[in-house]
Amino acid sequence: MGKIIEWITQTCAGIGEWFQVTAAEFAKQFHLNFIKDNRWEYIVDGLGRTLIITVLAAILGFAIGVVVAALRSTYDLNKEVMSRRKNFGYRIFSFFNKLCKVYIAVIRGTPVVVQLMIMYFVIFASSTNSTGIAVLAFGINSGAYVAEIIRAGIMSVDRGQFEAGRSLGLNYVQTMIFVIIPQVFKSVLPSLLNEAIALLKETSIAGYVGIVDLTKAGEIIKGVTFSAFMPLIAVALIYLTIVIFLTWIVGKIERRLRKNER
Amino acid sequence: MSDNILVKVNGLKKYYKGEEVKALDGITTEIKRGEVVVVIGPSGSGKSTFLRSLNLLEIPTAGEIYLDNEEITDPKISINKARRKTGMVFQHFNLFPNMTVMGNMTFAPKKLLKKSKEEAEAKAMELLKRVGLADRADAYPSQLSGGQKQRIAIVRALCMEPELMLFDEPTSALDPEMVGETLDVMKELAKEGMTMVVVTHEMGFAKEVGSRVIFMDEG
Repeated sequence: MGKIIEWITQTCAGIGEWFQVTAAEFAKQFHLNFIKDNRWEYIVDGLGRTLIITVLAAILGFAIGVVVAALRSTYDLNKEVMSRRKNFGYRIFSFFNKLCKVYIAVIRGTPVVVQLMIMYFVIFASSTNSTGIAVLAFGINSGAYVAEIIRAGIMSVDRGQFEAGRSLGLNYVQTMIFVIIPQVFKSVLPSLLNEAIALLKETSIAGYVGIVDLTKAGEIIKGVTFSAFMPLIAVALIYLTIVIFLTWIVGKIERRLRKNER
Repeated sequence: MSDNILVKVNGLKKYYKGEEVKALDGITTEIKRGEVVVVIGPSGSGKSTFLRSLNLLEIPTAGEIYLDNEEITDPKISINKARRKTGMVFQHFNLFPNMTVMGNMTFAPKKLLKKSKEEAEAKAMELLKRVGLADRADAYPSQLSGGQKQRIAIVRALCMEPELMLFDEPTSALDPEMVGETLDVMKELAKEGMTMVVVTHEMGFAKEVGSRVIFMDEG
């Protein structure tokens, strides 16, 4: 009996000691990686840049996506009626429809890193505004995906809804705005969130063109302190926190939108 | 063309895939005001295509359709204006799920006939009372039964004060016990002198209400 008690106290002491050593080591590492020489400023600056690029690129991507999706679905849904007249408007629409198709094919068919580097080293080789170039590159990239998400949303609304709107005498634009879009918005919201999350994480390649974003900041600290664990886990946790926050917000919006259907 | 005739169809043709599929192969007919025309025929005989051509949901390959002495198949004419004269009721109701019953009914009159909210709602309420659904004005379509949905779809079309009502198999998607209430509304409408074109499999309805039956087979 006495032996067992002795063993337990020893084990407990051992675990306690391990915790103490680990905690001390943790504190030391934390100090080395974030406190010493104000290294946390890298992380904060990097996070700021990541957020700026993400938000601006998301806005640009959404704008491009809406325009491209509107163009493509308008063409697809009205082809028959428009082609009856074969007029100037139809040709313009047909031309832009093809252009949009090429845009989507090129963007989806090439890696975003390559697109970013082409933007930085080829198209805007003379510019020094690297953040601006990144916004442009990521925005144009995201636009193609958003366009396809929204177009799929529009096409997935029952054809009968268009026909009902049109049979009441509403024109195409009125049917779109008042009947279709409210229904599309609800169904594409989860996919758009997905795209926003993907975009946030894609910006981690901005380091390729010398932008110090969140990921690059972690890498810089790692290079100075020669310890990989702390900075990289910290970076990962920050991305994760932002994504969880985004998911929570959209979940709230979705619930509110669904309310009027029950 | 006499004023008595509301719709005149002349050599209406609709081909798909070039000339491979002939859905409609030269239909010529006239529909007088107040007439109830019932279109029957086997599946795939072009009944629905014919009906949908009458408000240009299908664009005919050839032929002319005159509505109220106006050629609506003329590419230069505003299709939207022509459609306002016809109301359409679909097999699958096609109510707008994001609007209440009242919203469904008053939306188009407010936008297109420039009616005030009160005016549109008064008209909608009157129609709802007639079909016995006044108490469901604030419900959403997902809260209604099939028969109720179809009755709402009919009065939604009536809110636009059409001269011609098109019914595309209005009872095919309904449970048997709900067919009656929908047909009753249609019968009453016919009695009031509305011009109607009905695609249906309800032979009883065709016999009782129809003033003429068009039988279609292979276009």
